[in-house]
This record gives sequence, structure tokens and C-alpha cells, in this order.
Amino acid sequence: MEERITIAGFGGQGVMAIGQLLTYAGMIEDKNVSWLPSYGPEMRGGTANCGVTISSEDVGSPVVVDASTAIVMNKPSLDKFEPTIVEGGKLFINSSLIDQKAERDDIEVYYIPANEIAEELGNMKVANMVILGAYLEVAKPVKVESILEGFTKVFGEKKAKLIPINKKALEKGAEVVRKQMAATV
Amino acid sequence: MAKVLMKGNEAIGAAAMEAGCKYFFGYPITPQSELPEYMSRELPKAGGIFLQAESELAAINMVYGAAGSGVRVMTSSSSPGISLKQEGISYIAGAELPCLIVNIMRGGPGLGSIQPSQTDYFQATRGGGNGDYRLVVLAPANVQELVDLIIEGFDIADQYRNPVMILGDGMIGQMMEPVEFKAPKKRELPEKDWATTGTGGKRKPNIINSLYLQPEDLEEHNIRLQQKYNDIKKNEIKVESYNLEEADVVIAAYGTTSRIAKTAISQLEKEGYKVGLIRPITLWPYPYDEFEKINDNCKGILTVEMNSGQMLDDVKIAVKGKYPVYFHSRTGGMIPTPNEIIEKVKKIYGGEI
Repeated sequence: MEERITIAGFGGQGVMAIGQLLTYAGMIEDKNVSWLPSYGPEMRGGTANCGVTISSEDVGSPVVVDASTAIVMNKPSLDKFEPTIVEGGKLFINSSLIDQKAERDDIEVYYIPANEIAEELGNMKVANMVILGAYLEVAKPVKVESILEGFTKVFGEKKAKLIPINKKALEKGAEVVRKQMAATV
Repeated sequence: MAKVLMKGNEAIGAAAMEAGCKYFFGYPITPQSELPEYMSRELPKAGGIFLQAESELAAINMVYGAAGSGVRVMTSSSSPGISLKQEGISYIAGAELPCLIVNIMRGGPGLGSIQPSQTDYFQATRGGGNGDYRLVVLAPANVQELVDLIIEGFDIADQYRNPVMILGDGMIGQMMEPVEFKAPKKRELPEKDWATTGTGGKRKPNIINSLYLQPEDLEEHNIRLQQKYNDIKKNEIKVESYNLEEADVVIAAYGTTSRIAKTAISQLEKEGYKVGLIRPITLWPYPYDEFEKINDNCKGILTVEMNSGQMLDDVKIAVKGKYPVYFHSRTGGMIPTPNEIIEKVKKIYGGEI
């Protein structure tokens, strides 16, 4: 088993954070993991992305060049990372901010209105967790419980009070994607 | 201690503190600034001193002074900052003081870029400062190994009274991986009876110095240094190798680049190719002898680096003309991909290059 995930969006959308959550969860489950951020002369509102590898084997190259999954939170990220997904891979598109469809037909594509759902939940900041929830439901790289276990490790003990809303966001994302899967079968 | 997920740069700080390092002198520079940031937060809590110097020159000379008093001390920087430290490093090597120097390499020359590179191999292994001196140069490939080598690096420095350099790149500094802090194999470390700790009126003052005005004295000093370097060569070489008995092509790579090579190797094996690996963990002393283990029918050695061919020279020295030596590189902050390496190996197989 090896999942190579690219997560991309604007700085501030929490793409690095959900990457770290996935990585932590993988570690909790005794898998081999690696998290590599893009870094550069970037600023708030600029583009950000990270590559996460979760594997039953040792992690070779930490650079995700041929992603098994891409999660894209904004349009520039869709343009940049759609071509990098392996054939048969998965693409999760934040359809709240991206009104464009994927071009490829050799990958599985899921459209998640992450921002709208987050708004309904009353906290815009959990849009990243909504799309993460959808991804976890489809690909099952790690358990949702492991993600929640890693939450305070990534965000600090002070943020423990935010676990319920984040849990709800994960569940909502899973629910939306289940409906999409049911519709396509 | 349980595993924790840490960013390479922060793991360096945690490992150094685990090894008993209480003093850090440095100056921030991307892509290693999380390390001084970590030290500025954590060292004072442990009763240590973090000091952001006014420049890299000042920082390395503070390391010189602290090392002279016998404490465990470190500095860190990235390529252009390490260049500025070369004078001090030469003095520290000349005065035979133990310390740890971390270089998280970025693209060069000059200010270059802030993206990962391996362009300071020559500077690290040949001596960037003046004089006949050597650093022990350790090149970790993952965050766990980074932690292990930092902890052992302090022991190596103390054992031989020699500066040790950790040579990483922006990738290993920035990436997060699980780490565990383990005690290294126990070494017999000599007493630091040379340290300038105050005589208490009971002994002659110890003098820390790299100046020998009498040529006879300096020659003797240099001969002794070389004897020490020979001991290090004998005792401290570390290398990982794979499938040298069977391989038709052997890849030589170090640090993060070796991981990209490993991904390429496992893909090539699925397609039926026999590819080996030599991954030097110590870049100085270099594991030349490891290349003797390569089978006689090997078609060639492919060196992969994020520079224009620096370790390549050591590979050529090691194989003594026995095999053709090929090279693949990305530079300027670009990172080689497994596919590029796969293509190159196939070309060597097919006799196309």
C-alpha cells in the first residue's frame, strides 16, 4: 500500500495542516510517512502545497511527482496538479471555489463544495476538513479516529475544544462524497 | 520514548539538546531558520544559551570560544552563511575543538536560491577554509537518521577533538517524518583536560590556539592532525549499499537524492533490471572501499546529485577506471525525479550512453 497525496490551495486554506494530520494519523497507525511542504518566497494568499506519502514500505522519494490522489482547494492548484495524477488516481476538487470540471477521464473525480458546507457548519475555517473527510471516506488511507487523535499534536492542546466542529466537518465531507458515489454507480 | 512527527530542522534542535548541547550561536537563513527558532524557544528552558549573533562570522567565533571551554556547542546555517563561516571553521579545526556545524544546503553560487541543493559537497569534504584540515561530514537521508547522526556527531567531535558537519539540504530541513530519540552506541570519550575552564591556581593555563610560528612546530602539528584524520578514516566510515554482487548498474547517491534513487531502483526491479546502490553516509571519510564490492560484470556507475558533479570525483577515485562512470544531475534548486533516473539507467543498460 502506498498513497502519495498532493494537497494544494491558497495560503491560509489549511492545506499544510490537513497534510500534517494525515501524516500524523499514518504514524499513529504505524505506517511509514513523510510530509514535504513546498516552500518559497511566498506570502499569505499565495499558493501553498504539500506532498504526503503514507506507505507500508519505507518512503523513497519524499517528493510527490506522480500523486495517487490530489486534493485541490483553488483553481490554480487544479490546473497545476490535475496532470500529475497517476492513471486511475483520485482528484478531489473544492467546487465552492472552482467552477471548472476536471479535463481527464482516466481518474476518479469528486466535487466537494467544501466552503459552502463549512459555512453551513458555522466555521469557514473547516473547509479543509470537509474535503479531507471526503478523501478519507473514498480512499481510507487512515482511520478518522487517528486523524482526531493527531489533532492536538498538530494544532496544540489549546485547540482541543475545536475537535467537535472538525469532527462534524469530516463527517459532512464523507456524507457528501457517499451521495456522489451512490449517484455514479 | 515514543515516536513523534517532526520537521527536520526542529528535529536537529531536539536531537542536539538530547546530546547535551546547551549552546547555540547562529544567524537565520532559509531553509533552516526553524532550527534557530526552535533553539531560541527551547534552549533557555533547559538552562542553555541561544544567541543570535550579528553575523555568521560572529556566530562561528562564538562557537570557537564556547568549544574552547569544553562545552557541547553548535551552529547552523545554509550555503551562503556556511561560506561566511569558513574562516572560523578552519581555526576550530586547527585548534582541534569539537563542535557541530549544520549546513542545510540551498542553490548557489552566491545567494543562489532557497530551494534544496547539494552544491556544497566540495566545500564540506575538501575544506572550504585554508589549511590542511578535514571535517567529519555526515549526510543523513531521512529525519530519523538526521537525529541519530546529530546525537552521534557530538560524540565523534568529542572523541577526535574535531568539528563535525551535518550536510543536509532544504528538503530534509523542511520535511516532517516520525522520529525516535535513541542513545548512540557508547563511546569512550576522553576527558576534556585541554579546555579553558580556569586554572583555580592549581595548574598551568590551557591555551587554545591555531598559530604555530615555528615551521618545525607547525609541521609536527600537521603530522599529528593527519594521524588523527587517518584514525577517523579507519574507524568512522558509514555507508549503506544494496545488491552490489548482482547489479548491472550501481547508483551512487547520498542524502535525500539517494531516496529518489531508491524509488527508481524499486521501479526498475519490477521491470526486471538489476540495479544496486551505494549511499555514503559519511562523505568524509568517503567509503571508497565499498566500490570494490561491485561485481566485475557491472556495466557502469550512475552518480546522481543535485549539483553539477562533485561527489562524482570521489566515485571516479573509488572505481579507479574499472567501470564507466555516468552522471545525472538537477541543479539550481530543481530536484531529480525517479523517472529521470530510470531513463538514464535504461540508457546505460542499452549501451546508448
